[in-house]
Amino acid sequence: MRIFMNLCKDKLAIASLVFIAVLITAGLFAPVFAPHNPEEVNMSLRYAGPSWEYILGNDHLGRCILSRIIYGIRPSVLWVFAALFISVLIGSILGFLAGYFRGKNDAFIMKLCDVLLSFPGYVMALALVGLLGVGLENILIAFILIKWAWFARVIRTSVMQYAELDYIKFAKASGISHGKIIWKHIVPVTFSDIAVISSSSMGTMILQISGFSFLGLGVQAPQAEWGMMLNEAREVMFTRPELMLAPGLAIVLVVMALNFLSDSLQVALDPRLLNSNKGNQVMAPVSKIKIQEKEVPN
Amino acid sequence: MLIVNSVEKSYKTGGLFSKKTQKILKGVSFDCQRGESLGIIGESGSGKSTLGRLIVGIEKPEAGTVLFEQKNIADRSVRLGNISAVFQDYKSSINPFYTVEKAIMETLILQNKSRKEMQAKMDQLLIQVGLDTSYKTNYPHELSGGEVQRVCIARAIAAEPKCILFDEAISSLDVSVQTQVLDLLKELKQIYNISYIFITHDIQAAAYICDRVIIFRDGQIEETADVHQLRHVRSAYAKKLLGAIIPF
Repeated sequence: MRIFMNLCKDKLAIASLVFIAVLITAGLFAPVFAPHNPEEVNMSLRYAGPSWEYILGNDHLGRCILSRIIYGIRPSVLWVFAALFISVLIGSILGFLAGYFRGKNDAFIMKLCDVLLSFPGYVMALALVGLLGVGLENILIAFILIKWAWFARVIRTSVMQYAELDYIKFAKASGISHGKIIWKHIVPVTFSDIAVISSSSMGTMILQISGFSFLGLGVQAPQAEWGMMLNEAREVMFTRPELMLAPGLAIVLVVMALNFLSDSLQVALDPRLLNSNKGNQVMAPVSKIKIQEKEVPN
Repeated sequence: MLIVNSVEKSYKTGGLFSKKTQKILKGVSFDCQRGESLGIIGESGSGKSTLGRLIVGIEKPEAGTVLFEQKNIADRSVRLGNISAVFQDYKSSINPFYTVEKAIMETLILQNKSRKEMQAKMDQLLIQVGLDTSYKTNYPHELSGGEVQRVCIARAIAAEPKCILFDEAISSLDVSVQTQVLDLLKELKQIYNISYIFITHDIQAAAYICDRVIIFRDGQIEETADVHQLRHVRSAYAKKLLGAIIPF
């Protein structure tokens, strides 16, 4: 509750939260919100500009861009989010095990991660899609199988810097169970790191899905997907650059909202970053090492 | 009550497949009675903090046993509510996301009291360690080192344990605060009849609070002496260590 109250003080956070909520609702109930059928071809409206009936205009087949954007939320945002969530979950569980218990667990999990990370990501995904067959689900499965290793590695490092602190030692000495220690003491402090790495890899993942769709391995042609729409617009990039705007902005806005939200969440969670009413405190960084927002190697 | 029986501990120094180890503790045995306060004095690097970690069961010895009331201390349920600890670094000894109240509640909750009793006990604890009850809503970063250490002591005694380990608990405080905290500990010991195990490099602090002192060197016990007989220590190292400080 306190966290939510803190979050409410941040206008940007609220805006991002509302934006993401609206997006998710629109995606879930796409048939209700979309004004037209996204796959309805209408050649007479080819490259038509925005009008009252077609607010964002029409694409090269005369399809309603707004409807396609709304229908595209499902594969581009919701499914990517689900895949991201699962891979972060696997990565966190293994990362926590490795970073907290150390020893043999740690060595084994990290060697496994090293092996997985030493494969080139795209090739692995291609191989998995080759095995499982073409389709969005299979690409997402491939992503989950590849990406967890990277998350596990980063989360382990983050856990390790807290696992040796005195308050953890105290909890251990007082006989509090490992599960409780991890849940009450380590998850909250590492959450900000996890949120930052997840939100920063969300954008790359959306673009990667579109890359696979471009190769004809992901979302199949008539179905709407943001990355595919970008690719379709790419063909007429110089004659009709405005077609890139809607899907491009959609991706940028989603990634931005997620980044803002994860930043604000970090501040809302950490009492040290809030201006306490008991006087001005020196602001301290949340974690000693700031995880670099580098691209997920894939 | 607490019996440490020829414990040994070594750490790996090489990588995953390396067999190289460095022995930190070489067969240490001692015991601590109920209500006794025992000092463990040694230079840094002598292995006394490792010994501390074994005593509170965070790590397991390679050989030998640590028994608390005839039960192995590595078992979590043996420690629960019986053992507690206060550590050196006051900056990291309380979860930064916890208020003082929540931090103390962590161990207070082990006593299965009603909500009302817990609140009363919380206030009593804070007053006992010399803090105002208004500190309950503060976060650790809003407190000074001495105050945090007092909260840690309150947290340690909240579950009314039988034994508390102090691992360099006062070394990071300045001298005037040190004496305050030591006096507080003496008082609390009389109220709750707790055993203290006091790991420190500060002989004066140890002499002030302990009944018995173990002089520790290179993973071995050099000498055990009653605090009143400190000036009569026999071993050369203990003499040297005592001679390095102001005469008693």
